[in-house]
Amino acid sequence: MTTTNLPTQPTLPNPRDAYKRLKTTRSNFELYGWVFMRASGVILLVLIFGHLFVNLMVGDGVHAIDFAFVGGKLTNPFWQVWDLMMLWLAMMHGTNGVRTIINDYAERPLVRLWLKIALYVAFVVVTVLGTLVIFTFDACPSGAPADLLPSICS
Amino acid sequence: MTATLETSAPAAIGEIPSFDVTIRLRRYLPESEHGEESYWEEFVVPVHGTDRVLDALHKIKWEHDGSLTFRRSCAHGVCGSDAMRINGRNRLACKTLLKDVNPDKPITVEPIKGLPVIKDLVVDMEPFFASYREIMPFLITTGNEPSGERIQSAEQRERFDDTTKCILCAACTSSCPVFWTDGQYFGPAAIVNAHRFIFDSRDEGAEQRLEILNDKEGVWRCRTTFNCTEACPRGIEVTKAIQEVKRAMITRAF
Repeated sequence: MTTTNLPTQPTLPNPRDAYKRLKTTRSNFELYGWVFMRASGVILLVLIFGHLFVNLMVGDGVHAIDFAFVGGKLTNPFWQVWDLMMLWLAMMHGTNGVRTIINDYAERPLVRLWLKIALYVAFVVVTVLGTLVIFTFDACPSGAPADLLPSICS
Repeated sequence: MTATLETSAPAAIGEIPSFDVTIRLRRYLPESEHGEESYWEEFVVPVHGTDRVLDALHKIKWEHDGSLTFRRSCAHGVCGSDAMRINGRNRLACKTLLKDVNPDKPITVEPIKGLPVIKDLVVDMEPFFASYREIMPFLITTGNEPSGERIQSAEQRERFDDTTKCILCAACTSSCPVFWTDGQYFGPAAIVNAHRFIFDSRDEGAEQRLEILNDKEGVWRCRTTFNCTEACPRGIEVTKAIQEVKRAMITRAF
């Protein structure tokens, strides 16, 4: 009979070591995470498509977007809340999604740990910066030509 | 009357057409020259159109290489011993006809994935049964023993009928990509067998079992890829059962 180690075949991984459950981790965290993914997904659909509609479809559509348009929106409390919700929900939804992907695909505990550290650092940086911008954005910088600024500056 | 061999019986009666089939086996023999490395070995065996993959494996073991090792007990799809990966899909070798897995090409047969291989197609089932034991697969009740049967209506029995069919062959658990990653996930089979008791009106341990499966490695790791449902040789709707356990947890939590 033919015994083959075919060159086209990748090297077969060795059979895995004996198994042991690392530790019991019972809590409602994954349950709330699962519910959060579904709830935030539905809300994000409304927020994102509402955002796209207002920015790209209403009035002049995409041609209306300039500094004045964005600055004007960010001085309006309604759009501040809208953007804040969009930012936080999208970041938490996306971070949790990537977290589960890391759990599913990273096999070694250390790789898993570092990937998650990188993920959470990215989450904190983006969320904090985004929140800062939403609340501290100066729509009327001094010395800027008036025709580039939102109408509320004058 | 004693049975006697009919020497004059013509061999052609009821003859089933036979053909050659190539079986490509993934073998693991630590004591061979291959050492700790798995390797592929091909065998060409003459088989009949009515033969199953298990028959071809028997032919190899009995007529070509006696060192080939695999599990099988009843050989008729009841005991759940011979789950293996046939052409990349988890099947019972005793329920898979060769003519159904394209015998024109080599048929690959591998041990089920995600469990430690002991030899050839034999894997260590202990991790699988460890998860099974964790969900407490036995009747839990309180109060006095009834003097007769524990009464249950046909509708109440129907509620968990599907998950009573499990034969613990591990085809579902070892087809699950989440289980492959690190083997920490409880796996479909354990959840199916928890489902069988959680939805049994006679059982009172549902709360404990839901608590066990609420683990980080419990039902929430299910990504509904449906590999388990596809792999189940008993036709259990495994993914559906897992989602029903999820729903029971959500209604319990809120």
